[in-house]
Amino acid sequence: MTQSPGLVPATGAGTATRAGSAEHDLLQSVVDTARAIFGAAASSVLLHDRDTDELVFQAVAGEGEESLVGSRFPAGRGLAGWVLVSGEPMIADDLREQGMFAKDVAKATGYVPDALMAAPLAHRDRVLGVLEVLDPAQQSRSSLSELDLLALFARQAAAALAVITDRRQEEPPSAVRARGLELVAALRDVLLEGVPAQGANEG
Amino acid sequence: MTTGTAGGLTWSLRDRSPEDLAMLADTVPDLPADPSAWSGGGGVRVCVVDTGVECGHPSVGSVQGSYEVAPGPDGTLGVVDSGPLPDGAGDACGHGTACAGIVRRVAPDCELYSVRVLGEGFTGSGEALLTGLRWAVDQGFDVVNLSLSTTRPKFLETLRALADQAFFTGTTLVASAHNTPVESFPWRFSSVISVGTHREDDSGLFLYNPAPPVEFFAPGQNVQVAWTGGKTIRTTGNSFATPFISGMCARLLGTHPKLTPFQIKHALYLSAANVRIGEPGTRGEA
Repeated sequence: MTQSPGLVPATGAGTATRAGSAEHDLLQSVVDTARAIFGAAASSVLLHDRDTDELVFQAVAGEGEESLVGSRFPAGRGLAGWVLVSGEPMIADDLREQGMFAKDVAKATGYVPDALMAAPLAHRDRVLGVLEVLDPAQQSRSSLSELDLLALFARQAAAALAVITDRRQEEPPSAVRARGLELVAALRDVLLEGVPAQGANEG
Repeated sequence: MTTGTAGGLTWSLRDRSPEDLAMLADTVPDLPADPSAWSGGGGVRVCVVDTGVECGHPSVGSVQGSYEVAPGPDGTLGVVDSGPLPDGAGDACGHGTACAGIVRRVAPDCELYSVRVLGEGFTGSGEALLTGLRWAVDQGFDVVNLSLSTTRPKFLETLRALADQAFFTGTTLVASAHNTPVESFPWRFSSVISVGTHREDDSGLFLYNPAPPVEFFAPGQNVQVAWTGGKTIRTTGNSFATPFISGMCARLLGTHPKLTPFQIKHALYLSAANVRIGEPGTRGEA
């Protein structure tokens, strides 16, 4: 794919790579839930490292789970880059047929997605990163309502992330983690209640 | 000083007569409006303010000018002529190329220009967006496609002033709306034409929203668009409906070059598939 010409190992620099365990738990729960909602092969959260202006894979569920976390690429490129800089969600399909992704992400994971949904992790007037869903169930690949659902989920996930980040300095770590997980669990319950059965377990 | 035309702008009519104000206008197309009969946009200058445009893409065709926001020696942002930029350099994201391709499809004869305000080096920079948009409005392009918005309140008043400047100087600013109730700008301003996506398969269908803020809905779901590397993808998003309406504006201006932005909005309103002309004197649905 053209979006990430050089995936390189994380260096640990920048706020995006200093996620504590509460953030890790939260983000892993977000991608697990997103993958389930859309019956996807994979889901990932990429956070914007403002120090280096890169997007960093912070949590991955499904394909690439073992190899992608910590990888980074220049922000402002490709589909994820567009979502980051514009704050607009989008769906792209037919990527495999067009040879998208093949150059870099495929090299890193051995996996070439055909479709991608992406929504901004937007909180107030900031975009913290991007929530991606790779190869969702067929019905999600061309549907505006499914894109709206992802955008809503991403917004709530961003709010939960912001709560954890803001309060990390103020509360004991266990309290922060519990609060974040409560938020995500409540959100997952709400979302999965409205999801058709076939959309929740394919992929 | 009380001159009526300070800076070329008319503030009062103290020193001008009605004859001094004579002007030629175009009427909106005859009703019933048939958008398919409008021109191909020949002679109309459309500027895509976005991530840049990949020159030479078969779905985009000729690009008359490519510009980008860049910092000057003192760090101040300005717009420079980048020259034609090929695959890999013209558009790091693909989105601007997609928008340009849609404008080209709808208005095949228009003149396309690009100013890059987003992409590598300009992630989340509202200043770059403002710089590029201000430049486009100052250039007097007939149509400016802005499939972008910002949620940052600090840019609100500057954007509003720019949108008003465009409206009064004859530049039709077409801006993407959000699908969900997100407060962002400039699409919320009445001086621009705001566009969202409908869910229909008809690639030529556009609708007027009787309950704005989003004024028009156009094809943006599961549409085939140009992307980087000379390729195409199928995609869904509000930002792909906007260049459809920009292309329609160009088609209108091709046959009615003196139309003002408010006339263009009027013509689009009358041409929308869901708008029918009622009997004179009737109100609402009667």
